[in-house]
Amino acid sequence: MTESVADISSIIIEKLLANPKVPRNINGDSRIVEDLSFDSLAVMNFVMEIEDTLDVSVPLDKLADIRTINDLAQCLHEIKAAQA
Amino acid sequence: MTAGLFDKHQNLRTSYEALIAASPRNPFGVVIERPLSASVGIIEGRKTLLFGTNNYLGLSQSQKARDAAIETVSTMGVGTTGSRIANGTYSLHTKLEERLSQVLQRRHTMIFSTGYQANLGTISALVNKDDILFLDADSHASIYDGARLSGAQVIRFRHNDPADLDKRLARTKNASGARLVIVEGIYSMTGNIAPVDKFVEVTKRHNVTLMVDEAHSFGVMGDHGRGVAEMQGCEDGVDFVVGTFSKSLGTVGGYCATNHDEIALMRLCSRPYMFTASLPPEIIASTLAALEEIQARPELREKLRENSERLHQGLKKSGLSTGDFVSPVVAVTLEDVPQALTFWNALLEAGVYVNLSLPPATPDNRPLLRCSVMAAHSAEEIDQAVAAFTDIAKKLGLTA
Repeated sequence: MTESVADISSIIIEKLLANPKVPRNINGDSRIVEDLSFDSLAVMNFVMEIEDTLDVSVPLDKLADIRTINDLAQCLHEIKAAQA
Repeated sequence: MTAGLFDKHQNLRTSYEALIAASPRNPFGVVIERPLSASVGIIEGRKTLLFGTNNYLGLSQSQKARDAAIETVSTMGVGTTGSRIANGTYSLHTKLEERLSQVLQRRHTMIFSTGYQANLGTISALVNKDDILFLDADSHASIYDGARLSGAQVIRFRHNDPADLDKRLARTKNASGARLVIVEGIYSMTGNIAPVDKFVEVTKRHNVTLMVDEAHSFGVMGDHGRGVAEMQGCEDGVDFVVGTFSKSLGTVGGYCATNHDEIALMRLCSRPYMFTASLPPEIIASTLAALEEIQARPELREKLRENSERLHQGLKKSGLSTGDFVSPVVAVTLEDVPQALTFWNALLEAGVYVNLSLPPATPDNRPLLRCSVMAAHSAEEIDQAVAAFTDIAKKLGLTA
């Protein structure tokens, strides 16, 4: 079964909150770089963790267009659907 | 008018100015006034031990390489003024390519004007937007830049983790384009050695192409100095080997070697090969001389191995955090940038030059003091560097 965008967004938020440095009040609209203070390397490393959970691989060029947690969830959803 | 042009550098400016304000000297502006030997140079007017070069065999100061360069300059001049595919191929260029093919035991070799361009030129010629590149997460910037130039999709796998690569290759088994995996022999920042043999097993199982960048391991690893793949007995499973002349060979330039006959056409589609001036003849001559020296003096590799052990053991014994691999690169990991700046400046003031590597150019977002050892270092010089590290670490309260 393929998870919905909302399901994936929840998984991302749960994983992010496991990091004590991440603000507690994040939601799907939170911006990954500005609101979470992630640099490009931190974003790439975080995406690697999510990839394992969802069993997908995200090409680096897709990350360039991602601003918010929901953008990332949408991207992962599309890749997972294409891979199915 | 430069309206808005430099606004994008504002964050960089802020970080840079904070760094400079916290350091008595610019860590990116160290000038080696002149080398006195391979292992000692004059910095800030003082004799300083060089523990932050890539001159692993000390051959940047080779007498034979100097003599070859001088003789060639006298007879051929100082430059070619052109591209390899126009007026920039002298007989020396083809001679070096043939000699490298013999040494590397590959049918074909292409030489590039720098090691950076060797990666750019090889990767961008091998894959395009329809293909997928699988890169170790800690890959050198030249590999990432080659990937960008190629337009291929890039999938990172965890550093030195063949099982993680296996998983990612399995996810793309239905992809229509070609798939190319790239790893390095020795990673330049940490000195970590890749399990190339395990990567060969994975790439064979998935029937994908493997390229290994042996920039820091050529001349250093393996019984004949061909690199980590030779050391691990898996050269047959490596499709493309890329390397540089600016580490163990002591000059400048890069190469790609392979048994695939199709490489001939790469000369006509690799932009970083075609649209730049070829290497000057004296560089080719000195590289050829250094290559002969590497072949004729295996004791240099043995000495380098002993020196690597000595530096690695010494730093470990002093209680500092180093990697587990014994290679000519030994990185001391520190907790934060201010601590690393203080430590690096103190080392330089004690007469020891190492490289300061800062995040995001380092793994795990922590700063490194990157040390590299040479065959040319004496045991006393290594002990002196270790003593400086030990003393400063104690003074800073980092070790007991």
